[in-house]
Amino acid sequence: MSDTLLTVTVMAYLAAMLLHAADYAFGHRGIVAKALVGAGGPPVSAVSPVSPVSAVDEKPAPRTQAGRLAILVTALAAAAHLGTAVTRALEANRLPWGNMYEFVIMVTFVGVAVWLAIAFLYPDIRHLGLFVTLVLVLLTGIAGLVLHTPVGPLVPALDSYWFPVHIGAAALSSGLFLVGFAATLMYMLRAGYDAGKRGGLYPFGRYIASAEAVERLAFRMHAFAFPIWTFAVAAGSIWAEAAWGRYWGWDPKETWAFISWIVYAGYLHARATPSVKRRTAAWIAIIGWATMLMNLFGVNIFFNGLHSYGGV
Amino acid sequence: MRAVLPFLRNSWRQLTSMRTALVLLFLLAVAAVPGSLFPQRSIKFEDVRAYYETHPDVAPMLDRLWAFDVFAAPWFAAIYLLLFTSLIGCVTPRMRDQIRALRKPPPGAPRNFGRLPHHASLESAHEPSFKGWRTRRRELPDGTVTVSAEKGYLKETGNLLFHSALLLVLLGMGIGSQWGWHANRLLVLDEEFCNSLQQYDDFGLGPQVDAADLPPFCLKLSDFSVSYQDSGMAKSFEATVNGDQKFSVNHPLRLDGASVYLLGHGYAAVIRYTDAQGNSQTTVSPFLPLDDMLTSEGVASFPDAAKQVGFEGLYLPTNGMGRSKHPEENDPALMLMAYEGDLGLDAGIDGSVYKLDKARLNPVGDATLLRKGDTWTLGDGSKVEFLGTRPWITMTIRHDPGQPIVLVGALLLIIGLPLSLYGKRRRVWWRLNPDGTAEAGGLPKTDYPGFAEEFAKVTKCPTPS
Repeated sequence: MSDTLLTVTVMAYLAAMLLHAADYAFGHRGIVAKALVGAGGPPVSAVSPVSPVSAVDEKPAPRTQAGRLAILVTALAAAAHLGTAVTRALEANRLPWGNMYEFVIMVTFVGVAVWLAIAFLYPDIRHLGLFVTLVLVLLTGIAGLVLHTPVGPLVPALDSYWFPVHIGAAALSSGLFLVGFAATLMYMLRAGYDAGKRGGLYPFGRYIASAEAVERLAFRMHAFAFPIWTFAVAAGSIWAEAAWGRYWGWDPKETWAFISWIVYAGYLHARATPSVKRRTAAWIAIIGWATMLMNLFGVNIFFNGLHSYGGV
Repeated sequence: MRAVLPFLRNSWRQLTSMRTALVLLFLLAVAAVPGSLFPQRSIKFEDVRAYYETHPDVAPMLDRLWAFDVFAAPWFAAIYLLLFTSLIGCVTPRMRDQIRALRKPPPGAPRNFGRLPHHASLESAHEPSFKGWRTRRRELPDGTVTVSAEKGYLKETGNLLFHSALLLVLLGMGIGSQWGWHANRLLVLDEEFCNSLQQYDDFGLGPQVDAADLPPFCLKLSDFSVSYQDSGMAKSFEATVNGDQKFSVNHPLRLDGASVYLLGHGYAAVIRYTDAQGNSQTTVSPFLPLDDMLTSEGVASFPDAAKQVGFEGLYLPTNGMGRSKHPEENDPALMLMAYEGDLGLDAGIDGSVYKLDKARLNPVGDATLLRKGDTWTLGDGSKVEFLGTRPWITMTIRHDPGQPIVLVGALLLIIGLPLSLYGKRRRVWWRLNPDGTAEAGGLPKTDYPGFAEEFAKVTKCPTPS
């Protein structure tokens, strides 16, 4: 049941992504509409993939429901996503956080839950769901195709009340850092677009309303996630003392948790220093997310340490 | 000489600046990376030895650079010591300033509110209550009344608490490494040992710890229970020592002065050898696991027999094709290879008890599979019997006096951090002019959305600017 729901989840995120893409292309803010509206005014930007339309036709393209539908489908996908986790928990008779597959499912669910909350509170940025659903399709797809393991009980080392505390906090903060990373990416795109850059992905910066607003969102996400991440690492240490005999042993996962903590501390320091530019701080946040990816995936795949459960 | 003092002062100012802290933080993160890429002696020194074998030309150079002991390396220590010096140098004056600010009342109102980011002329001359704020009312001789209100001291307090807690954590770690010790050993069922260095398989003592400092206690393994899934994965395991003290993973045994942690378990084979003259000897040999199904290998030596004899064995708890199919003893089988000759134990050369030194041994007969209770009669009339098995556990015993300090430090960290991140320091002034008009001004120390609404609410002015 859980695996079926996972397939539904991935397909639904894919559908939401396509709807967002349709909204981009054909919605009232989309490329076609801009090309139509822009005709007769300033010259159409060379970036526009649609060939310039006749100057006579100034009627804006009809607004499609694709954007609203995309958010609705994302919400439905998130429900299926939650169902995947819950049915997995029921099948295994425990919290579904016992191996990397289950952990990634959890982290991505936190990400989509935070995204839906933001999309609900700030309707203006709903169109950024294209980026969010893209990331979700990739991560849940990888989880299902590569990381999936059959349902099984926890190894005895995980049988502790620290299990929900440590892993829950780690999953929650990882999901929040994920959203913070997405916001930082959007800030870089918009800031670069404002500065005149047009190559690569910068044209997408056009769809982001305000660099300052999205940067502030990024900061708030990181500032919210950082104490929870600190708590997750501290809880892990307390648990490690009871399970492995020492509170810190520089196990690869512990080492990379330390590295990401230091990098995000650097981000917060950079953000608090007036002489450091926002763009520099944003780069530090991106490096921080890279260390989180290394911590989440790289350590389990490349190194063999105490955190390897279920084969990965 | 005259140039030295300003140079030192300048260097100190650079060291304690935020930019330096940023650089050092980054360096620390980068410096930790090789600690995860290269095998570390502190985690598993066998991996370091294996690395030497696979990379014989690079390994010695890496070792000189402390690549296998990154977190004990002097260059790693230099980075975090510099970082903590920078921290102390920055935190100390700020702590002094914060204490001073907490004792002084909020400063008087500036003359021109128009210069403040938030200011308004109020319609009513009603004095705002400023509930929850730290306030100071001043009456000037010309009849002006001002109220200065300040809020958000916790932000800086939390910040200082967090950074001081980091120092506490470092202190705790230092104490632990100096006065802490640990030791590992394997213990078979019904075997007893006492807490002294000679009785351990391996140990490590902190620089300040002497062998005589170890607390005296003795443990006898009285019971070990384990249950497995059908797949072979362990479901639970628990060891009992001294009759009634139980411990398992996640539930260590807390003794006075040390804690005992259960690591692993396996089987020890009980083997009796009767030589050609009828003298028999029984050994209990722990067999070490080769895989998750507890296929285990070990050695049983009999140096006191008429002719010295040794056996290499492969134990399968559930007999399969050369490998065990399940760690539970559903179909136990022991495969033995016999050797006779000179075991090499009398020469006094150290070797592993889990391996036979076959330099002066000759194999005898063929490999034989024995079930529990079976006897194998060798060519010269001697017999070897497989009597059964006993479980063994491996455990680590550890004492870390710095641990409670680190714990307290971690708790203070977690309290201080959200205070410093979410706290908002702001000031609001209210002035009643002699002509009866009132005005208000606000200054958020750190700009944040929402101050405008707070300013309006506190001063009760309908149209804030």
